[in-house]
Amino acid sequence: MSGPAIVETNRKVREIQYVDAGVEALEEEMRRDPAIFYIGQGIGKRGGNFKQTRGLWEQFGDLRVRDMPISELGQVGMGVGAAMAGARPVVDIVFLDMIMEAMGQIVEQAATVHYTSNGKFKVPLVVRAAMGSVRCTGPHHSRCFYSWFAHIPGLKVVLPASASDVKGLMKTAIRDDGPVIFIEHKYFYNKKGPVPTGEYVIPFGQANICRKGKDVTILAMSLMVWHALEAAAKLEQEGISVEVIDPRTIVPFDEETLLASVKKTGRLLIVDEAQQFCGFSAEAAAIVSSKGFDDLDAPIRRLTALCTPHPFNPVLEAAMLPSVESIMTEVRLLVAS
Amino acid sequence: MEASKDLALALYKSMRRIREFELRLQQVYRSGAMPGFIHLYVGEEAVAAGVCAHLTREDYVTSTHRGHGHAVAKGVPMGEVFAEIWGKPRGVNGGRGGSMHIYDPSCGFLGTNGIVGAGIPMASGAAMAALVNATGRVAVSFFGDGAVNNCAFHEGINLAAALRLPAIFVCENNMYATETPFDRVTANTNVASRGAAYGLPGIAVDGNDVLEVYRIAGEAVLRARAGEGPTLIECATYRHLGHFEGDPGTGYRSKEEIADWKRRDPIDRLRYTMFASNISSEQDVNAADSEVDDEIEQAYQWAAASPEADPATVTQFVYA
Repeated sequence: MSGPAIVETNRKVREIQYVDAGVEALEEEMRRDPAIFYIGQGIGKRGGNFKQTRGLWEQFGDLRVRDMPISELGQVGMGVGAAMAGARPVVDIVFLDMIMEAMGQIVEQAATVHYTSNGKFKVPLVVRAAMGSVRCTGPHHSRCFYSWFAHIPGLKVVLPASASDVKGLMKTAIRDDGPVIFIEHKYFYNKKGPVPTGEYVIPFGQANICRKGKDVTILAMSLMVWHALEAAAKLEQEGISVEVIDPRTIVPFDEETLLASVKKTGRLLIVDEAQQFCGFSAEAAAIVSSKGFDDLDAPIRRLTALCTPHPFNPVLEAAMLPSVESIMTEVRLLVAS
Repeated sequence: MEASKDLALALYKSMRRIREFELRLQQVYRSGAMPGFIHLYVGEEAVAAGVCAHLTREDYVTSTHRGHGHAVAKGVPMGEVFAEIWGKPRGVNGGRGGSMHIYDPSCGFLGTNGIVGAGIPMASGAAMAALVNATGRVAVSFFGDGAVNNCAFHEGINLAAALRLPAIFVCENNMYATETPFDRVTANTNVASRGAAYGLPGIAVDGNDVLEVYRIAGEAVLRARAGEGPTLIECATYRHLGHFEGDPGTGYRSKEEIADWKRRDPIDRLRYTMFASNISSEQDVNAADSEVDDEIEQAYQWAAASPEADPATVTQFVYA
């Protein structure tokens, strides 16, 4: 299984690990701007649980790459205060699940200060975390909470699905003057992908059409983009042409690209590793049914995680999550309807 | 503590400014003209005045739901604070924040706050920014006894101590979290003693003695600026009024207790000390009083003259 290819190819490209694409972005940005600092658990000398800060401590020292105690609320609170006081912090939560401990600081402070201060304070804060199910990590190390943040006015929500997107979107996140929730997928970190050489940024709110097709549109985020691409390749052999769209950021959300695709294909499947009820799949379906209703030739279908906590048992976990096979089944049903 | 005339008068004016500002607010609120809720600081002014006297305009403060006094003492223009609490566009935040969301970057004021304890780790962060950007600034967090059993207190203070951040944590212990007595929900009510748990100095001070608050805060600010790390200061104080304007504050506190604390009013005490020690004359104090009265009247008039908000602005400033 592999991720989306990069769209822009007028640069030299090399294959590097997804996790190293993030490290490159951080290195370049931290060299550019001395106000950036990075805090989190085990991100100093250890280089991060996923090696996501490998080499940064050696380059930038203890003041700018600082290990934290297990204090999610405290470290995000520090990030908010530091961002208001002229620094540009990146706070690494490591496992997205633990972000629940810091929700008050994210929602009530980080997201809200710019508005309630009448634009006088900006909060240039990146909260980084890794989500998703990989190798049976159970309910406390698998969750995909991105819809929660998308619901909060003031937060931008980034879900990079390729190594090149990690780099370009991380740089944009750091340069953004507001709080950004930057969520990678744990499955990707040690996978390799093509990344352009040199500096580049990818703007928020610009979806990636990862594969062109004419029969069905799949909207998918993060690891589900990879599943959708694999399913699309297999379905091509059955004569079904699938277009795969990765929004890359769900706030801001690129409605135009999705609506244009649905106008072409007339059929939409939304694949979401998070639960369905009140989730992002519901929002995307609502957008298309209210703004692209006349373009739809069939009801929108949604394939999401079941509405359960993450079970540890591998058989149960597989039953809970979307897979390449279940995506193919959904597409076949959609084409037949 | 011995005080010079200039210092004593400055502290006196600072406290009285907060007092009269809030009593004027109370008048307007009681008239029904002011939306929302306000939590008044009357009785606790020595803490804001004594601590903020050591801060430069660039130093940082995080505050609480009972934060008008911190905003005024830190130098947020009083007219703009008045208008903000009144919900008017002339307010420092255009009236979209109100009493519990007063922010002013021009004087390092990182906000009053509707969430108890939230400002504590934020102050650690502001202190961290001061180190990263090498500005030499310090950060002060004010919070009540209600905050000290919250994890924001534990995490924020531990982080500041572990990283030796230039921060000062000031607990305004008024003995009640809304109506809940501190000792009913806390086994160790000695807040200063918690400093030992986090490896930083914890100092208890009579929070109604502004000269003592000033002295202790001065040492803490010096320590912070010298790179010696944070200090926890517990100020014993009392709010004369209810938790919010409209709460008589008597259902859960005895009349005797309230009367006893009113006898220890920080403004009366300083005035008495100034006269008793011949630091300043009645004439000086009267002059200071009338200066403050003029300032308050101007602040009120300026706020009252504000136009109403334009509903078209409601969606501004959601995303930076």
